[in-house]
Amino acid sequence: MRAGSPIMQQRHDPVERERVRHGEHVIEHLLRRAGFGAGQDEIDDYLELGYAAAVQQLLHYDGVPDDVDALIGKSGYVSITARGEFLPRTVINDARQRWLFRMVHSRRPLQEKMTLFWHNHFATAYTKIAGALGADEGARYMAAKPAEDPNQVKGQIELFREFALGNFRDLLLAAAKDTAMLVWLDGRTNVRGRPQENFARELMELFTMGVDTFAETDVYAGARVFTGWNLARPSNAYYTFSYVAGQHDTAVKEFTFPIYSNGSKVIPARSADAGMQDGVDLITAVAAHPATGPRLARKLYQFFVSEVSEPDPALIAALSNTYYGSRFEMKPVLEHLLLSTQFVAAANRYTRYSWPAEFVTRSIKEIGWNGFSVNDALGPMANMGQQLFEPPDVAGWDLGTNWFSSGAMLTRMNFASQLATNQKFNLRDIGKAGRSSPEALVALMLDRLTAAPFAQEPYQALLEYVRAGGSWTGSDAQLLVKAPGLAHLIVGSGDYQLV
Amino acid sequence: MAITRREFMRGGVAAFTVSFAAPAFLSDLARAQGRSRQNLVVLYLSGGNDALSMLIPYNDAQYHARRPTIAIPAASVLQIGSDRAGNALGLHPRLGGLRTIFNAGRLAFIQRTGYENSSRSHFEGTDIWSTGDPRSPQGNGWLGRYLDTLPSPVDPLTAWSTAGVIPRVLQANRVGVPSIPTIQGYAFASPNTGTEVQFARDSATRIASHLPIDQPHLAFVNASSQAAFATLDRVAQVGTYAPTVTYPNNGFALALRTIAGAMVKGVGTKVFWVQTGGYDTHAAQNPNQANGSYTALMTTLNDGLFAFYTDLLNHGLLSDTLVLQFSEFGRRINENGSQGTDHGAASVMMALGGNVRGGLYGTAPNLRVGSDNPTLENSGNDVHYETDFRSVYAKVIDSWLGGDSVAVLGGNYRSGAPGIF
Repeated sequence: MRAGSPIMQQRHDPVERERVRHGEHVIEHLLRRAGFGAGQDEIDDYLELGYAAAVQQLLHYDGVPDDVDALIGKSGYVSITARGEFLPRTVINDARQRWLFRMVHSRRPLQEKMTLFWHNHFATAYTKIAGALGADEGARYMAAKPAEDPNQVKGQIELFREFALGNFRDLLLAAAKDTAMLVWLDGRTNVRGRPQENFARELMELFTMGVDTFAETDVYAGARVFTGWNLARPSNAYYTFSYVAGQHDTAVKEFTFPIYSNGSKVIPARSADAGMQDGVDLITAVAAHPATGPRLARKLYQFFVSEVSEPDPALIAALSNTYYGSRFEMKPVLEHLLLSTQFVAAANRYTRYSWPAEFVTRSIKEIGWNGFSVNDALGPMANMGQQLFEPPDVAGWDLGTNWFSSGAMLTRMNFASQLATNQKFNLRDIGKAGRSSPEALVALMLDRLTAAPFAQEPYQALLEYVRAGGSWTGSDAQLLVKAPGLAHLIVGSGDYQLV
Repeated sequence: MAITRREFMRGGVAAFTVSFAAPAFLSDLARAQGRSRQNLVVLYLSGGNDALSMLIPYNDAQYHARRPTIAIPAASVLQIGSDRAGNALGLHPRLGGLRTIFNAGRLAFIQRTGYENSSRSHFEGTDIWSTGDPRSPQGNGWLGRYLDTLPSPVDPLTAWSTAGVIPRVLQANRVGVPSIPTIQGYAFASPNTGTEVQFARDSATRIASHLPIDQPHLAFVNASSQAAFATLDRVAQVGTYAPTVTYPNNGFALALRTIAGAMVKGVGTKVFWVQTGGYDTHAAQNPNQANGSYTALMTTLNDGLFAFYTDLLNHGLLSDTLVLQFSEFGRRINENGSQGTDHGAASVMMALGGNVRGGLYGTAPNLRVGSDNPTLENSGNDVHYETDFRSVYAKVIDSWLGGDSVAVLGGNYRSGAPGIF
């Protein structure tokens, strides 16, 4: 490739720079980050509230009805494709569709966004659960809702949804007892005399403190702590956590970091019956470890604020202090983050590399969905590198620039084409408001698709695309070609991949 | 005109605008760069390969004592002789194809490869093997740094990842390596037909050519689009490849089939990346059982590699090819309570190819626990390395890729390199 010499671009204003209402940029930014983007109706609703109140509404979603699943299959919403009965509690493909539907239509977007964050943080893959327990059971422990399960099984994703902005230490404890997790990191086979290190290692390395903050001996001691944290199968009907006292290693466990608030690094010998407290103590200790708060804060910064700018150390310290000061509550941490000057700074807009789930959901919300099935997004998402309920390993997906190989980028472009093709007539009708000139049509489509401002060269490329092939008439027939064509090019552009 | 709600144009920024050289020119260029008839296929077994179940010291009594349920009986292993220390070794029973290649003198096992203070973390371990830098495993990969030493401009198809992502190994400063998991999906689609498709492609190509220097993140994404546009047409040729053998129908084997196609079609690629996962065998490893996870891993590995080997042999391309296999660590010697093994230290590497001097390199560990046993570490729990993995990289860079390993690896690691060529 030849790099030409840098050229200074001229300011180019084909239409008046105008914001209809103050604050629209920042509301759109908030909804892309704390949600999955928004159509105009949603933007209008949040605009009316104003920024601070919009943040409060996103945070305090308990006041917003959780009725989105009841809308599945209704007209006016994105479609799903069922093979026979739609069964997200036992069919993983249906569970994936249900989650994408929620991302598109939930009125609690931050809850869904944090659910995705925790899914990546406690990355558990369906395939291993299904391999161990069978396909139906795999989907069940990943995605079942208690109300729809004959034994009120709560799938892992429902746990993350429940704790989306809850207490992190309680979430850790619940994750340690989660059926899918006990299969995924082999806790179900962790027994006295033959400890299993998988969960203890990742608890420290990935879920809390981070690599290089602990010693190998901590892993060995941690594995012994969780001996007996296994699975039971009541009435031969379902798997559930069971502390098996007879399988617990009752001896003293020593760590290199403090376990108790008095500084003691030793979990004392306990009777087998009381031994489950070992794990509770260790989980509390790693939640309280001085490396955990800053690590979570940095991870949240990269997820919500920027993957380009470095976080202000003062912000990380403030988030971390909020985390420890509230005894591990996530809601005040998120509140602090979303109201921080760094979050709203114009320089931090469009500085995150969108995850495939974000890209697909945002494009559906912005292009349109009548007659489109989220099922048709699942294959493309896998090729973009993100299959829901199937992270590549326990460290989660490789984020940031790692999403953007040439193959994955082509898949994104081709998904834009697929969606624009599906929404052809819808886009033609939208395009009618821009039929007066190629410039007007480009302006209209860029506006609808909330892309980052285009520079002159790519803007000219869009304009010349509209002009190519004949003189401009603005006829319905021309709009039927060029409006979907523009939607494809904009959603497939590099600019649109940044949120 | 519609009222717009936002500024949708940025003004006044400097940018590089990159024009595209003709693909044919780039392909010629790739052939001209370095010793381009010599392909490297890097094979990553992800999760930490249990070397002791793959290359088995079946006469070591401690091997059987420390792995009471998962040791493979001496009678079942595929014997391939002894190493220079006299340790009798055999392959996992499902590695019959690899034994054939070994017996043909074209497969080398390099035992106990690793480094000092081996990381037991998947992620840090993978980064170390990817960068070749145990002290600071950040930044570009060792093969990315090699690509950066090639004369400019570097053809984007010089390297090819068959995974959906670009592994750290191939991250480079001067070339954006394409990821091409399937040929079929690697094509440009449009909502329209006829000339409109070309209009759209021209426009998308032009949009991607914008590399603003004040927005490196946008420039990065656009560069990945550019790599796609610069490689689309050549990659499409590979879709017409008809192999001489039937490859198994799994992701690993199909990736190898694609690589064979790219070699046969001569698209100019020099470095390929392929990976296969599932090696994190903490539980139900059961290498003796047909349904054990390690048995399945060996079956996939063997059948895919043997098909690839045979296909290349039939095309007369085996001498142009080197397959280099690694994993982020080996596993604990003792089995755990779940018929599995936890994270360990040194593992085994394989080198396969027409110019490889096959055989057993290095020495097997002695699995007896004792402070006087230098082949083990971590109180006798793990296998200690004997051959620095960077010496193997140095050998490959210097003797196969025609590069300078000192420049690429940031130091001289040539001493102690196994003589695999």
